[in-house]
Amino acid sequence: MKHKVATTVNGRQHEHEVEPRLLLVHYLRDNLGLTGTHIGCDTSQCGACTILVDGKAVKSCTMFAVQAEGRSLVTIEGMAKGGELHPIQQAFWDEHGLQCGYCTPGFIMAAAYLLEQNPNPTEDEIRKGLEGNLCRCTGYVNIVKAVQSAAKTMSATPAKKATVTAGGN
Amino acid sequence: MAVTQLVGAKIHRREDPRLITGHGHYVDDLTRQGTAYAHFVRSPLAHARIKSIDITDASKSPGVVGVYTARDFKGLLAGTHPAAPAFVAEKKFVPERFPIAEKEVTYQGEIVAAVLAETKSQAADAANLIQVEYQDLPAVMDLEKALQKGSPKSHVDGPDNVCWDFTYTGPEITEAAFKEADVVVKERILQNRLAPVPMEPRGVSADYEGFDKKLTIWMSSQNPHFIRLFVSGAMGLKESQVRVVSPDVGGGFGSKISPYPEDYLVPTLSRIAERPVKWTETRTESIQNATHGRGQFYDCEVAAKKDGTLLGMRVVQYVDVGAYHGTFGAFQPVACLMAGGAYKWKGISARTVGVLTNRVPTDPYRGAGRPEATHLVERMVDLVALELKMDPVAIRRKNFIQPEDFPFTQNFGLVVDSGDYDKALDKALQLIGYDELRKKQAELRKQGRYMGIGFSTWIELCGFGPSAATAPATGGIALVESAQVRVTPTGSVIVYTGTHSHGQGHETTFPQIVADQLGVPYESVELRHGDTAEGTAFGYGTYGSRSLAVGGVAISKAAGKVIDKGKKLAAHMLEAAEEDVVFEHGSFHVKGSPDKSKAFGEVAFASYGMNLPEGMEQGLEAVAYFDPPNLVWPFGTHIAVVEIDAETGAPLLTKYAAVDDCGNIINPMIVDGQIHGGIVQAIAQALYEEVVYDEDSGQLKTGTLIDYMMPTANEIPTILLDKTITPSPTNDLGVKGIGEAGTIAASAAVINAICDALSPLGIKHVDMPASPDKLWKMMKEARN
Repeated sequence: MKHKVATTVNGRQHEHEVEPRLLLVHYLRDNLGLTGTHIGCDTSQCGACTILVDGKAVKSCTMFAVQAEGRSLVTIEGMAKGGELHPIQQAFWDEHGLQCGYCTPGFIMAAAYLLEQNPNPTEDEIRKGLEGNLCRCTGYVNIVKAVQSAAKTMSATPAKKATVTAGGN
Repeated sequence: MAVTQLVGAKIHRREDPRLITGHGHYVDDLTRQGTAYAHFVRSPLAHARIKSIDITDASKSPGVVGVYTARDFKGLLAGTHPAAPAFVAEKKFVPERFPIAEKEVTYQGEIVAAVLAETKSQAADAANLIQVEYQDLPAVMDLEKALQKGSPKSHVDGPDNVCWDFTYTGPEITEAAFKEADVVVKERILQNRLAPVPMEPRGVSADYEGFDKKLTIWMSSQNPHFIRLFVSGAMGLKESQVRVVSPDVGGGFGSKISPYPEDYLVPTLSRIAERPVKWTETRTESIQNATHGRGQFYDCEVAAKKDGTLLGMRVVQYVDVGAYHGTFGAFQPVACLMAGGAYKWKGISARTVGVLTNRVPTDPYRGAGRPEATHLVERMVDLVALELKMDPVAIRRKNFIQPEDFPFTQNFGLVVDSGDYDKALDKALQLIGYDELRKKQAELRKQGRYMGIGFSTWIELCGFGPSAATAPATGGIALVESAQVRVTPTGSVIVYTGTHSHGQGHETTFPQIVADQLGVPYESVELRHGDTAEGTAFGYGTYGSRSLAVGGVAISKAAGKVIDKGKKLAAHMLEAAEEDVVFEHGSFHVKGSPDKSKAFGEVAFASYGMNLPEGMEQGLEAVAYFDPPNLVWPFGTHIAVVEIDAETGAPLLTKYAAVDDCGNIINPMIVDGQIHGGIVQAIAQALYEEVVYDEDSGQLKTGTLIDYMMPTANEIPTILLDKTITPSPTNDLGVKGIGEAGTIAASAAVINAICDALSPLGIKHVDMPASPDKLWKMMKEARN
């Protein structure tokens, strides 16, 4: 009945026996205790559970835990390094890109992938790039500003850019 | 740090480091050892009789701890859901509501059974095995049909479907105004039913410790003290035996004010099963069961003179109450009392009718009654302007309550504290470039393009509220606010508030106030909230833009009491008379000799020692309550620019500007954030969102975020903000509220812009949501 799943999450290796129906988001939250990845819907609309899977933004409610076998995952907990915030996290703080904070981890992970793909996006590209994530508090105004500001910081300091997807390595 | 620096400064939020790193504490993030998981079985039908419930198979399912139906809760849970009088004290029929249905279900989603199991999935598996036999009953969906004689009833044993029918002022009060009128405009204006959709659905975790007879509830709530009051009462416990903790809460928007069935059932299940029980709402459950907002329509007539002078208004509000009376559902009729908006009227008559249907109950949703009032009056004023071929700006200016009129007693006896409506309007016109826009509109019209400019010169009453007004509205508890300021021996400060922050940033803004007032470093002030075991005896929660205007002022009062005691002690330490001691910049000194002084920290330390003045008790702390003398009245002007695709009817919001006035500002960054979010929630109502039920069967057709169209970043334009500052004269901080302003203002601006765009086609009124298909049909019909 149960299947073995071995993953690397935020640079640490994990191995568990899980039910095949277990969603990846529940695996992260319930088996690994990584509760920073949130659940905001049950139809893969809200994006609160967005993480990076082998560097690509994925809604972790759209994958079974067993499908993560052998993959390298980065969750919100893996973004800050040695007590230093990731530039995207810093930008969300500086630009007041969050209010209740529930959607925030998903937005930060989606933004990480967006900026990896397109380091200098226009406002339109940011808005389109984040349309898989929902926020009820901010009206998206300061989220867009935060991503713009993070893009600036990251292109000014290329070393920071490297940490976007290297979280798992 | 200079003392006057913090209030008014853009201080980055203290809440953020934990939230941006994934270390927040939302209720689903916490799990007690030994927890059993609850899953609720809900009615798939809007209205039916329960014939039988067979739990045999479910009870044998793996991991099941127990399966429970209404019978199991009888005797353990008393009473019904509370229904506050709010703005309608006289109710015709308030259906009894037990948290789990026994004989009749009255909306799709009502709970009929509960399963407890070792894991979430085992609970869900077992719930699927429960067999419920229903006998279908007709669903009451249409408000007008529901009021007709012989209509099916939403509750079979009820007298009819009228929850309330209350006249504030009769039509006779407007007779003179209508007699004098040159024009009368008439319109029916709909308010689409909305789902609040806080990004964090609700959740309840409870641990009843039988030997201690103590209950702890962790839940996603906007007002934990009220939940403690309601749940302890229903479970036959003392309030002192119950602790409610609302840790980080992922948004509320009004939907986490009132108690819900699960708030009673989960703690009771913990009591039955003698172990912690946890339940987390799914999004589908949330859209189906969390209270909805709006869901109303208005029949309105306005009388005016040829020159644009507004004379009289007659309004009847019809509220879709839903299947049960929402605890604060009768708050929505405040729309009637606010129907006059920013204008002077000779007379306004108003009546509200609450209609019971077979939908989920309605309750306050961000703005609650005030968005409806703004939408109504701003639409009606535009209709008058259209009729008289007047500019919408001119008609507004002509009728505004003027700065010299404040305090202004409006038609329902409410006293508007302060304002300068022209000033906000002027600034907004400049911000958006009004004259240019009208020129551009004229050009585009020549090209057959539909561009429109819409106004909302909104006002709001908030900051609930004065005891005289609010105690009768809740059934006895005045919505004042309490605060406690405690100074530790080393001079750090812990502030307790009865308000609750679920995105508003109180952990940042309230310490800004206290640090300034006590002259201590910002870093040494901490705010605690959201736990009934900490702080003052009772907290009143956060809703109605009240946290700063009531709670913040209470905190400031408590800090003032701390200073008063500090002065007495400092006088003793300085061997001076108390009246000669001055407190400035964080230190007490003798008048005229600033070198003879004691720092706040020194006085704090001394207060815990032995050398105190005669009769003084140790310690440095104070509790204060603030009972505001009046409500507060923010205002502003919002302008929306819309272009409608001539081919497809798709409305594109191209520009949006808002100038708002919430009195003095503690943290402008947070104020702007509140306005942004509020505006987008109202744009969502105007263009996208609507809870739709099948009109025959009562089936919810928008039960997921696939069907319920909440906008993404891609639908929203850049929003331009500016402000004016008119301090409130009713509190020491001069503050008003800003939590709901955007939502109160914006829907009218958007819809007025759409109506302006379509006016060349002779279209006068469009209801919300103004979806492309609706507009396309209207345009097609108008062209024919």
